[in-house]
Amino acid sequence: MAIVLTEQGQMTLAATNGLWLSASDAERATGWTLKPEGMCQEDVCVPLPVRDGRVDVAAFWQLLDRPVVSDAAGETWVLGAGAEQRSAALAGLMAPDFTLPDLAGVPHTLSALRGRKVFLCTWASW
Amino acid sequence: MPVWQQLFDGLKSEAFMIVAVAEESRGGEHARQWIEQAGAQYWCLIDTEHRVADLYGMVNVPQAVWIDEAGRIVRPPENAGSTDHFRLMDRTTRTLAPEHQAARLATRTAYLDAVRDWVLTGRHALPADAASSRLPRITPDIALAQAHFRLGVWLRRHGNAGEGDAHLAEASRLHPDSWNMWRQAADLDEVGKASGEAFWQRVQALGEKPYYPPPEV
Repeated sequence: MAIVLTEQGQMTLAATNGLWLSASDAERATGWTLKPEGMCQEDVCVPLPVRDGRVDVAAFWQLLDRPVVSDAAGETWVLGAGAEQRSAALAGLMAPDFTLPDLAGVPHTLSALRGRKVFLCTWASW
Repeated sequence: MPVWQQLFDGLKSEAFMIVAVAEESRGGEHARQWIEQAGAQYWCLIDTEHRVADLYGMVNVPQAVWIDEAGRIVRPPENAGSTDHFRLMDRTTRTLAPEHQAARLATRTAYLDAVRDWVLTGRHALPADAASSRLPRITPDIALAQAHFRLGVWLRRHGNAGEGDAHLAEASRLHPDSWNMWRQAADLDEVGKASGEAFWQRVQALGEKPYYPPPEV
């Protein structure tokens, strides 16, 4: 089993030989669907070798020019956002949305504040 | 945080919210005392993975983004009213000359006044082209740094400090402008280290460059 940290959160998936995943797990981790043409999202497909119905998600992520890193044991992986993805999200000037917990663990989502002005600020104890 | 509560107190009848995000990889308990002491009534969120800094391209604290009623960024990330006067501090007595204290306070007050003015009148919101030109540039190195940072924090939290620190160091190497990454890694190593000797050396190495670029409000 591997722990995969994605834009959607943390998931535990049955990985083999690095980050080879079944088609359904690959879709959960990436949001892309395995089809005969390759890994597809909307109208775009990226050709990719498939072995026994499994795909090399780390290689796929690199093909997309997005960062992929793992610990030495290959047990924990991060499928990061690409620079272009982050830049494009900001370029439209719509505030990127996020959900984070408060001290009591209650989640709060930025976009729930539509209709109000928001002063979004960061700080730290360190 | 107390100054943000004052700001919030004065704007309670407005359609306005403060979202204060603690970039705190050690978790909420390390932020609790400040939030409670401030009596914060606005949103105080805990961001162990520094996701907000990642999404908005922030590199230091405090930084702020102004977002209008439609969810649009009208001021991209900027220093939220802090100044570099701390660099003039006498580090043995930890004191700052009165004139520097006064100048620091004046800058912070001016910034918070500008926030208040924006909420009440809309002033200081940047037109789209000006806002766009101030957006941070996210490079492939920064994107890779974010992945290493996230993995480093995760490994640290799960008892693998050695490997975690290597990923945190790689993150800082790839994204040297991020004080958040460097100082958070120092803090995870040992509480207090984020403002220790190595921090001061790093600040000194800035030379003429500001640690807190003055907000242009």
